[in-house]
Amino acid sequence: MIPKKINKYSYIIDKTGNMNVPVKIFASEKLMKNMIEDRCIEQGINVAHLPGIKGYSIMMPDAHQGYGFSIGGVAAMDCEHGCISPGGIGFDINCGVRLLVTNLTKQDVQQRIHPLLNSLFKNIPPGVGGKSLFKLDEKELDYVLKNGPSWAIKKGYGTKEDLENCENNGLMKDANPAKISIKAKERGKNQLGTLGSGNHFLEIQYVHKILDEKTAKTFGVIEKDQVVVLIHCGSRGLGHQVCSDYIRAMEEEYPDIVSKIPDKNLIYAPAKSKLAKDYYEAMCAAANFAWTNRQMITHQTRQSFKEIFGERVKLDVLYDVSHNIAKKEKHEVDGKKINLWVHRKGATRAFGPGNKEIPKKYQKTGQPIFIPGSMGTSSYILVGTNNSMIESFGSTAHGAGRLLSRHAAIQKWNGKDLKKQLESEKIYIRAASLKGICEEAPLAYKDVDEVVRVSDEANIGKLVAQLKPIGVIKG
Amino acid sequence: MKKKYEFFDHTADAKFKAYGKTLEEAFANSALATTAIMTDITKIKPVTIRNMHIEAKTKEALLYDFLEEILYYLDTEGFLLSNVKEIHILKTEKYVLDVILEGDYAEKGYDVNTAIKAVTYNDMKIEEKENEVTIQVVHDI
Repeated sequence: MIPKKINKYSYIIDKTGNMNVPVKIFASEKLMKNMIEDRCIEQGINVAHLPGIKGYSIMMPDAHQGYGFSIGGVAAMDCEHGCISPGGIGFDINCGVRLLVTNLTKQDVQQRIHPLLNSLFKNIPPGVGGKSLFKLDEKELDYVLKNGPSWAIKKGYGTKEDLENCENNGLMKDANPAKISIKAKERGKNQLGTLGSGNHFLEIQYVHKILDEKTAKTFGVIEKDQVVVLIHCGSRGLGHQVCSDYIRAMEEEYPDIVSKIPDKNLIYAPAKSKLAKDYYEAMCAAANFAWTNRQMITHQTRQSFKEIFGERVKLDVLYDVSHNIAKKEKHEVDGKKINLWVHRKGATRAFGPGNKEIPKKYQKTGQPIFIPGSMGTSSYILVGTNNSMIESFGSTAHGAGRLLSRHAAIQKWNGKDLKKQLESEKIYIRAASLKGICEEAPLAYKDVDEVVRVSDEANIGKLVAQLKPIGVIKG
Repeated sequence: MKKKYEFFDHTADAKFKAYGKTLEEAFANSALATTAIMTDITKIKPVTIRNMHIEAKTKEALLYDFLEEILYYLDTEGFLLSNVKEIHILKTEKYVLDVILEGDYAEKGYDVNTAIKAVTYNDMKIEEKENEVTIQVVHDI
């Protein structure tokens, strides 16, 4: 199936056979070439077959092969006659990005980069293999699952403003801890405040270029060389287990659906079914856990910065976006506003100015969006647009998107050399292993500059500022 | 001797094939491959044991649950597998797996560099021929 180019940055695959909608792909020619090389387009077509999908099966410029659904996709399902699919959200429920803006400059931080990284690495463990600083009992965990990061604020691990500057104020109200298995809770109870591994990281960056001064100012990004901290992580073992549990439950409940879908990870529960409701409530609770996790990491980050730079250092939450989640949203389809479960798997919400869902202080600009690059490359701040509501159910890309497998990356590069090379560019890394550095080698990823350029030119997320790394903590 | 398992390219995830003369041996080697993604398995000492009893409706579901249990024990107790001491799979109206695993605790200083988020059904295959069983799994990492 060859995608048909309809304008400079979008392609369409027409509806054929049993597809319910066409596929729409946002890509430049270069990114399209990357996509054709893996199976993500086939996966986008599979998603177009799901019941109750509206508009298009959408693929973002960073789309790459996932399991069932591609990573970098948006699927909007009718809440009445459609479905909800755990695979369309991902195993790492509410994996997302939070950005903290500081009152420090690149020069301030570079002088103290080694003690700072050492402190951060101690305070924010990867947490793989059961090591973490915060352990919750059953009652506390249920409270977190129901109430999200307001638990952390109550305990003194943050401020009310932190919550206000978070997608959904850091709370999915439909959360129901009773819908999460004991096994999932067991996996999660010792994992708050941990990063996880893989592509999760915490990066100290500086503002390299401001591309939209007015918006940047509203975001608290005031000058070149200002230091920011980007946190990328999710719901850890708890979220992964919730996804696994419900894939299994749906597979057992709906053998007839399993026999019809091309990949078991596309399994779904029909809207209005009990399982759809149960999964949605469990997903919401796991999302609350992820926001609390990013809040705890924010707290630990502040502790480390205070330890090195003293009490006067400020780290304010600019915003916190989720890129693995399904939200109940109203969108216009064929001239009518309808309720949809917008599945964003490796896609970021990109609501524009005037949208009631976004904080008051960003009403005039649109919501902040963060697109992290790979280790050592640029990351970007973007802003949501009203055009994204027409084009992509209010969504844009989420990252660079992998190009090479981890296995291939290990064969190709040497962790020590990579570390040295990055150090020669004044980018310092603390990682649990050299193998991890290798797997996340910058060249194993697509060109993030190209991804954000497509988002900007397609007007689904506009560029605000370019950030460059000076220090990385990774699992 | 044929390899116990080997790894293949997959853009975002970790894909392996595990081999064995029997279904049991291939299951055991899948567990070893899963651990080898996360850490240097040759370094893990067999100092503690874990028993598992798993029941599932299909072979694939049994494999999924077995490997997921490996992830569960790592997240909750820091248990890292060194070898599979005993393994039995019984097929009645369902599949039943009983296994004894040997291993050690991650906190003793083992380098766990890659956490597997989840086992997936993506491209999962269990091929049984006489004296030759091949299992293929893709983990989300």
